[in-house]
Amino acid sequence: MAAAAALHVPAGTLGHFDYQASPATREAPWLRWTLLTLSLGFFAVFLLLPLVAVFFEALRKGWGTYITALTDPDALSAVRLTLLAAAISVPLNLVFGISAAWAIAKFEFRGKQFLITLIDLPFSVSPVIAGLVWVLIFGAQGWLGPWAAEHDLKIIFAVPGIVLATVFVTFPFVARELIPLMEAQGREEEEAAIVLGATGWQAFWRVTLPNVKWGLLYGVILCNARAMGEFGAVSVVSGHIRGLTNTLPLHVEILYNEYNFAAAFAVASILALLALVTLALKTFVEYRHARAMEASVS
Amino acid sequence: MIALPFPFKRRFHVLPGFNLALGYTIAYLSLIVLLPLSAVLFKTLTLSFGQFWDIISAPRVVASFKLSFGASLIAAAINVVFGLMLAWCLVRYRFPGKKLIDALVDLPFALPTAVAGIALTALYAPNGWIGSLFAPGGAFGALFGEQGLKIAFTPLGVLIALVFIGLPFVVRTVQPILEDLETELEEAAASLGAQRWQTFRLVLLPILTPALLTGFALAFARAVGEYGSVIFIAGNMPMVSEIAPLMIITKLEQYDYVGATAIALAMLILSFVLLLAINALQGWQAAQRTRKPGGKS
Repeated sequence: MAAAAALHVPAGTLGHFDYQASPATREAPWLRWTLLTLSLGFFAVFLLLPLVAVFFEALRKGWGTYITALTDPDALSAVRLTLLAAAISVPLNLVFGISAAWAIAKFEFRGKQFLITLIDLPFSVSPVIAGLVWVLIFGAQGWLGPWAAEHDLKIIFAVPGIVLATVFVTFPFVARELIPLMEAQGREEEEAAIVLGATGWQAFWRVTLPNVKWGLLYGVILCNARAMGEFGAVSVVSGHIRGLTNTLPLHVEILYNEYNFAAAFAVASILALLALVTLALKTFVEYRHARAMEASVS
Repeated sequence: MIALPFPFKRRFHVLPGFNLALGYTIAYLSLIVLLPLSAVLFKTLTLSFGQFWDIISAPRVVASFKLSFGASLIAAAINVVFGLMLAWCLVRYRFPGKKLIDALVDLPFALPTAVAGIALTALYAPNGWIGSLFAPGGAFGALFGEQGLKIAFTPLGVLIALVFIGLPFVVRTVQPILEDLETELEEAAASLGAQRWQTFRLVLLPILTPALLTGFALAFARAVGEYGSVIFIAGNMPMVSEIAPLMIITKLEQYDYVGATAIALAMLILSFVLLLAINALQGWQAAQRTRKPGGKS
């Protein structure tokens, strides 16, 4: 969502300021310790403990059960469908994000702010509604339902519906990152390239893209994480057919509702690992982006 | 209607590709987002206003709205307090593991909601690590009477899940403002004789307020629509622990498409109002940031 997704340069990357050096910006030790204890305690209970619990529950019945749960044919087919949904939705939204950022950041036109608000819309819509809209369009009673049935197209309770729902919920990620970044960079460099005889594509590939590559990568990482982890939207359109229309998060739900907790947490641990990899990549990209900014300033 | 996002005058552009880029943007936006969302409106328009009102004022639906909005408000308020504290510690203090904690704050964004849901349920169930502490025989159970305190499968569980998913919104909105804050302000306040608490309340808090409100609104908006992390821990008892998004699913499972859509429209209108409020807040925040004469470097 808006503020949360923006490429953020963490403190300390660009030289640390020592707040404790001056009495004007420092708190009494007792207050400092109280604040640290409270906030780190809150962090540990609310964020760290659930993460630990996933791996603990996954391995509770030993590695044998863990491996069996992951190599189950239904689990493997869920992995394939999850990868497929991400492989379609991420490139689609990447192309859209670049195109939207080019139009919004490099040109002036009326209604720009309104357009940006509309692009953000999927973030403020409940995932359940993101699934419902596709049922209203392609479901049996939907606008295009009869047409789809006539042409023997199965969209709802099938793979295309899952892809559509994933595209909807991951829609703003890349655009959100690129628009402010490309706005901040202005258009002088591209204009110079054009004046020097470059074509539009050359200016884009050789000037714009290298300038925004870290922001772009950041958007793609977040987009991919959401695409692979989406639950609510996909759950509405999936129909939960094992081995056919189950993504990994839906497979977790099915196993859990069957009281097969060890297997549910085993599959969940794969998704938790994916989240940790996402956070690591994200931190790396922030670091590289901060260094690139530093280099361009000095 | 609001002005269409099209240029009214043709301008001369040095850079090429404006028509293609804007045309593609609007076409794709319409196909993927606007047309599908408009289906919610058109489907609901097949109802009379009385029918629409009957659906969304049914006791079970009203109970779910109350829970969703009430729990989301409380969760966002808790996140404002602890999010500010955590952001403060991350910006101002040095402690081991700080970078790791800074990176892990975004965990609720990265962790699939279903995973968060089952993990929280395992923790807060009566036999879980935290739940057992509040169970009748647990360390804190006796404080809550003979039954202990049941967390999972009650509205309290819903609240826990919403606190989990909302925390990064507040931290990530407040943190950059805190980092940009000029220390001169605090030095001036201190040199004029202000106590630390006075400086915080009278100098820092007013500067942080727009960011805190934005974080609150973002966390609240996300919490109202949240589904995956809540349904496992909620227990989903009608009238007690059913959230509004679950009511949509319930209606869909009964093939009551119109009913599901009416509830969805009520939620959509509310999130659109929230979105406008968030945009206005962010505009206010941006105005505050540009008004001050250059941040700390």
